[in-house]
Amino acid sequence: MIRKFLAKGFGVGFCIVQYGCIAHCFVEHIAEMVICSGPSMEPTIYSDDIIISEHITTKFSKYERGDVVILRSPSNPKMFLCKRIIGIPGDKIKINSIQHSIVPRGHIWLEGDNKNNSTDSRSYGPVPQGLVRGRALCRIWPLNSIQMLT
Amino acid sequence: MGKANWLRSLASGIPIGISFVTSVCYIAKVNGVSMQPILNPDSATCDYVLLNRWAVRDFHVQRGDIVALVSPRNPDACLIKRIIGLEGDVIKPKSQSQSYVEVPKGFCWIEGENHSQSMDSNFFGPIPLGLITAKATHIVWPLSRACRLMFQNNKLSCKNETF
Repeated sequence: MIRKFLAKGFGVGFCIVQYGCIAHCFVEHIAEMVICSGPSMEPTIYSDDIIISEHITTKFSKYERGDVVILRSPSNPKMFLCKRIIGIPGDKIKINSIQHSIVPRGHIWLEGDNKNNSTDSRSYGPVPQGLVRGRALCRIWPLNSIQMLT
Repeated sequence: MGKANWLRSLASGIPIGISFVTSVCYIAKVNGVSMQPILNPDSATCDYVLLNRWAVRDFHVQRGDIVALVSPRNPDACLIKRIIGLEGDVIKPKSQSQSYVEVPKGFCWIEGENHSQSMDSNFFGPIPLGLITAKATHIVWPLSRACRLMFQNNKLSCKNETF
């Protein structure tokens, strides 16, 4: 009786671990939902919007100008940012009327859509591509403004 | 056990394996001479190290730790270096042209052991902590050098003990 009970408990435990791992793999390597906060990407993404971010194109380091990406903040590794790619390696970025900056190899230049209220590459410079976690694919919440972001 | 059953258990094992490798630990081969003499002391053979991802899940690292990180210059390459300075530290870079550098918040300063042949912070400056993926804790192969990597009294040592 006890042995039967234990076997069943073990079976259920293994099932939980197995499905937990499948879910973990999906979230880590395929796609996940992200809740955005902050005004830096207005008017594309507003605070508390839910977007789907995919991790497949970023694994192959295919970055294009105009993509919206989710990345770890360079100054705080536990915080994630959502910005738009403005420059890829080799691009010449205009900082002000006199100065230019060239995006180095393996880096990207990011800016928020809300230029007046965004802390981005204009303040911390180009960001290593290794910090990018995913690319925003579409917005799924609020329901009346579902749209693709690519 | 039939073939279908065997296949099913294999399929159920794959996600468990991937999850383990991406969040707990994995074994990697060390290429290059930048960490001599601690790793790859003999250029002919390559060491294999145990990289612990769980230990750096909160990005808590200490000076002296050997860490694996994504190269800031090439996101497809993985580097293995030692942490020299954390945020707030003032570092004198090895290259003569630069003056003192203060490591900014959320960044760290990494160097290889073999200063003359290492692509490290002396070349590309401080790196964001977010690039760190794992901490090297043991050498696992070759067996004659299998040991735990320790940092004590400002010196990195390889302690021969069972793990």
